[in-house]
Amino acid sequence: MSKSNFTRRGLIRTGAASGAALAMPSIFTGAAWSAAHSGYTNAPQGDTVTLGFNVPQSGPYADEGMDELRAFELAVEHLNGEGDGGCLATFSSKVLDGTGILGKKVAYVTGDTQTKSDAARASAKSMIEKDGAIMISGGSSSGVAVAVQGLCQEAGIIFMAGLTHSNDTTGKDKKANGFRHFFNAYMSGAALAPVLDKAYGADRKAYHLTADYTWGWTQQESIQAATEAIGWETVNNVLTPLASTDFSSYIAPVLNSGADVLVLNHYGGNMVNSLTQAVQFGLRDKQVNGKDFQIVVPLYSELMAKGAGANIKGVFGSTNWSWKLQDEGTQAFVRSFGTKYGFPPSNAAQTCYAQTLLYADAAARAGSFNPCAIVEALEGYEFDGLGNGPTLYRAEDHQCFKDVLVMQGKENPDNEYDALEIVEITPRAQVEYAPDHPMFAGGSLGECNPGA
Amino acid sequence: MLGLNSKDTKFLLIVIFLTLATPILLQPFPEGSGMAQFNAGYPDLMQRFAIYGIFAIGFNILFGLTGYLSFGHAAFLGIGSYSVVWMYKLLDYNVIWGLPLAIITSGIFALAIGFISLRRSGIYFSILTLAFAQMSFALAYSVLTPLTNGETGLQVYRSDKQVLLGATEPTSPHFFGIVMRENFWEPSVGNWQFTFNNGYYFCAIIAILAFYLSLRIFRSPFGMMLRAIKSNQQRMNYTGLNSRPYTLAAFVISGMYAGLAGGLLASMDPLAGAERMQWTASGEVVLMTILGGAGTLLGPVLGAGFIKYFENIFSKINDNVLHTWFGFLPDGIEDFMVTIVHPFVGKGWHLTLGLLFMAVVIFLPGGLVELGQRVGRLFRRRDINSADAEAKAAKQRANTPAE
Repeated sequence: MSKSNFTRRGLIRTGAASGAALAMPSIFTGAAWSAAHSGYTNAPQGDTVTLGFNVPQSGPYADEGMDELRAFELAVEHLNGEGDGGCLATFSSKVLDGTGILGKKVAYVTGDTQTKSDAARASAKSMIEKDGAIMISGGSSSGVAVAVQGLCQEAGIIFMAGLTHSNDTTGKDKKANGFRHFFNAYMSGAALAPVLDKAYGADRKAYHLTADYTWGWTQQESIQAATEAIGWETVNNVLTPLASTDFSSYIAPVLNSGADVLVLNHYGGNMVNSLTQAVQFGLRDKQVNGKDFQIVVPLYSELMAKGAGANIKGVFGSTNWSWKLQDEGTQAFVRSFGTKYGFPPSNAAQTCYAQTLLYADAAARAGSFNPCAIVEALEGYEFDGLGNGPTLYRAEDHQCFKDVLVMQGKENPDNEYDALEIVEITPRAQVEYAPDHPMFAGGSLGECNPGA
Repeated sequence: MLGLNSKDTKFLLIVIFLTLATPILLQPFPEGSGMAQFNAGYPDLMQRFAIYGIFAIGFNILFGLTGYLSFGHAAFLGIGSYSVVWMYKLLDYNVIWGLPLAIITSGIFALAIGFISLRRSGIYFSILTLAFAQMSFALAYSVLTPLTNGETGLQVYRSDKQVLLGATEPTSPHFFGIVMRENFWEPSVGNWQFTFNNGYYFCAIIAILAFYLSLRIFRSPFGMMLRAIKSNQQRMNYTGLNSRPYTLAAFVISGMYAGLAGGLLASMDPLAGAERMQWTASGEVVLMTILGGAGTLLGPVLGAGFIKYFENIFSKINDNVLHTWFGFLPDGIEDFMVTIVHPFVGKGWHLTLGLLFMAVVIFLPGGLVELGQRVGRLFRRRDINSADAEAKAAKQRANTPAE
């Protein structure tokens, strides 16, 4: 038998206590908070919208990161109607009018990825949890981009990838909430191979040095497939750690391998070091198999060219974009960037600038910051006037398709920003591939996630 | 209570209170104010405080008690993380499988590494542990890529087996349905917003247990033996006592703590990266312990919080923020002030931390705990009238081991 002691006092006491307990949440849940949830994570409150720019400010890709940050700041200025408006005037979509996004002023927070997946995710998390960022952009390494893209997918935030060139970003590791404007390793291979064929002939033996992470692997795979298709032979592929700064022990064996082309699948500080050391070892003065020894750098950037100085003369590579392009969008962007900072932007900067405008435009066209609305607005979107000619955001893998540039180190540069010249503008049709291409297979976008 | 004397019980209760009230204590400034920048009460950072607190508590059992300076503890952190993520990939997202495995695998590795490294002491021991950690890093980074996914980091893909995954199970780390990422209460009082996060409280409870265990070790005969090793190992050996089993036990325990911390990192965020094992990460825990106060119970936790706070809060102050701070000044002076402060914030947070570290080591050799004690002494002095007694008491306090 259970024995219960219902006393009048006890009943009143319990009733009052439970009443207070029930009322507590409604006391704490102020008006500001209840409005915060309108169906998706970090719905903007008040008259500002916060974007998160997560770039490497230290580590091997720090130079690229700083340039990306400059571009982001410029984009925010233009979105808020400050400065000269840049590409807003040339962009094919006209919904952005310099009053922020959907009437909300654009604010931003920055973070340091340190070119490490862990640090990048911590930084992105703090932007999402602490600063209420509705979109994360940036990144200068595919490893980081893949890690942060995964995080944004889980958290229900849009990720507008910055400089990431690995096939995996929109291949094996693609996510519904992630978008990439930058080109990829496959496109580099497809654009470079015909140019290499013309310049160096079909009978070549290639030796690859490859940065040991997702970008390096897919870059190497792509360029190997593309060059073997024109008849080249691949002698060897050596993986080098991303953190290494001394490549002499990797370069010495190249001399005795019988190869007559060295392909450096390196980027940023890595590439500057490996190329400089390769030139110091006298590789480019060598004659192998009766042919001049050549070096190829599949992915170029203006900052790397600047860092490598005279060593890049005559070296072929590819880029997403160049400030030397003559179209309206490029000129508008280069003009405002140059006015603000005093030097031309790199292609890392351009992709980040374009991504920010594309996000803003998608939100404006969709009339909402809801990630699912943005995904819908960006999928299969055709646009022009941001610097790369007519571009398509493909719905199947969230990859942009546009012309790719093949560049060569200039023999007599006028100044340090003039180190590269455009050899060929490879048309979009030549670098396109099916969404289920073997190099991109194995992943799925999944569903767009709007979060809480 | 719980095998502790009344002073320690009070100490433990204070620690429990501080840990549980962290979401409120770290959110001292209202939203929208200029100082909101310095709030640290968001889930990710609080989780890191608790996790790195555990890491530092464990490290302190080795370094603080025996004086053996391991420079390779990050290896165990990484091993713990990989264990947990592999359990996600093979079984399901419940952390109950991964965490014990993280402790066991890191314990096994610690036993192997400790068995070899502990043949030497002093600087040679440090170098040996460093070498092992760098070897583990290199293995994880490139050699064992199929197992660790190299630089990209080990992640869970939709195509993974996950044999135990139920149809309605959450698809992010959880503890029997309590999803780590979710907040169970988000009250706002006036302009103050507080976030009570499942993951943080999960870590916090484990951190309290870890702290309690370390408190018991500190007070046990075993802890006394470890202290004896620190003060004079040679004399102990001469008395016919074999000290190696004790140091090895301490090494394995602290390795398991590190493995637990690594496992918790992966429990909060389902990704394990090789850089967690790099020597900088090993150095970080040494810094945490020394900054907070080596050999004290609370010190390493304070040090861990201090460093993580700098890493996450100071690194996010950019020029834009500086301009709003100094916006009230005339233009010329504003730019000047921004130029002065700029190298110390944003990517320059390492510099600020370095300067503070130097200041602590030079002026407070006992770490932040010593600062607390000095301040405490300043206030306590007033209650004693006799100058004589005061000096005596002060002397006595200085002689008791710092806790």
